Amino acid sequence: MTSSVIWNWEYAVAVFPIIFQAMWVTLSATVLGFMLALILGLAWALARRSTFKPLAWTVAGIVEFIRSTPLLVQLFFLYMAFPQIPYIGVTLDAFTAGVIGLGVHYSTYLSEIYRSGIESIPKGQWEASTALNFSKVQTWTKVILPQAIPPVLPMFGNYLIVMFKETPLLAAITVVEMLQVSLIIGSQSFRYIEPITIVGLLFLLLSYPSALLVRRLEQKMKNRYASGNKKVTREEVTL
Amino acid sequence: MPCFNHKLEQDVIAILSTDAWILLLQGVSVTVQLLVYSAIFAFIIAFVAGFGRLSKYGIVRGITITYVEFFRGTSLLVQLFWFFYVLPFFGLELPALMVGVMALAMNYGAYASEIVRSSVLAIPKEQTEAAIALNMTYWQRMRRVILPQAIKIMLPGFGNISIELLKGTALVVLIGVNDVTYMVKQILIPSGAGTQYEMYLLLLVIYFILALPLILTARWLERRASLGGYSR
Repeated sequence: MTSSVIWNWEYAVAVFPIIFQAMWVTLSATVLGFMLALILGLAWALARRSTFKPLAWTVAGIVEFIRSTPLLVQLFFLYMAFPQIPYIGVTLDAFTAGVIGLGVHYSTYLSEIYRSGIESIPKGQWEASTALNFSKVQTWTKVILPQAIPPVLPMFGNYLIVMFKETPLLAAITVVEMLQVSLIIGSQSFRYIEPITIVGLLFLLLSYPSALLVRRLEQKMKNRYASGNKKVTREEVTL
Repeated sequence: MPCFNHKLEQDVIAILSTDAWILLLQGVSVTVQLLVYSAIFAFIIAFVAGFGRLSKYGIVRGITITYVEFFRGTSLLVQLFWFFYVLPFFGLELPALMVGVMALAMNYGAYASEIVRSSVLAIPKEQTEAAIALNMTYWQRMRRVILPQAIKIMLPGFGNISIELLKGTALVVLIGVNDVTYMVKQILIPSGAGTQYEMYLLLLVIYFILALPLILTARWLERRASLGGYSR
């Protein structure tokens, strides 16, 4: 292979199937991590509204800490350092550590979205539930959450895409996903240009149409639920 | 300190008393440099691309939309590796630090350009019309009427982007820039300074401390923006 050719089609066609296969690892890490983030995010959001103030403040501190520190370092921590912690440390395989890392990191973002949805519910709804003698669980499950979550669903879509674009970080803890595969191929043949470009294009191909879809959905939701007073702090730039 | 176990206490003292401390500070300074340089470039790019998308020339709009969507659609890490491995191929052998700054600035610049664009669009149309009625040129209108109001809206968004940018700087360790993550992961842990989990916790705390002024500034700006003016 001479290096005078900038883009070698034969090589690109040869490596494409291998990278494409690794896409399933990327996608499954994204989906699993996102499911974890959805559940954990709701838990954070509910805990932050707890009337037991020390719990609310502790959770707020944890969320702020996780959100302000790099995911990459958190992944290193989970994969390499966590097993060494006395009593609670467990050895995780790379994929599990990656999924937990992604899930926990993005749960803090999602909790802000849950919070914005919950805070957009008018006070009258709470008062009405009290008047109807609903229990706390009933109020949350029958009145608040069914109204709070649908309007913010497109924002969850945004974060699903953001998270998808962060999964290459798992390569740093040796998960054999798309980027890792392309780097391995590159190191064997000394040609990085094609594999890495293919990875970039695959990301673009998957994330851009989904971003367009989410944007449209968001516009639709905005028209349907045009009640203001939503408050999102430190929100990601809309895709 | 009763909550610390004895070994941890020893480790912390060992770290404080050796060169490890100096190495950490060197790493922090590289991280801060990365943050400052890439933030400056990112915000320049944001303004250029943000106004590019509002241009009346279709070709300018086309180029900037392609740039913005391309950099937002692919992953930052992939872009970083792409710059790192592909640029030398074109005869552009840059130091890793510069590659890092370039990738970070271009990626976050694309995100920040959306903030610029949406802030300019958030200024009511009447303001533009009034400026035209006053016979102002395009530049006068921007400089005296639109931008002073739009920048107020942009600032909280820029605050958030800089926090994201700080977190993004950790990625450059993967192309071998000796930032604070590199110092801990590649140098301090192999040399046996402290055990791994304590060092990684310390690293997370360092990032949080670096982010604190940004967090507080962003929050202050958000509060100020929501008090008055056009805050959407």
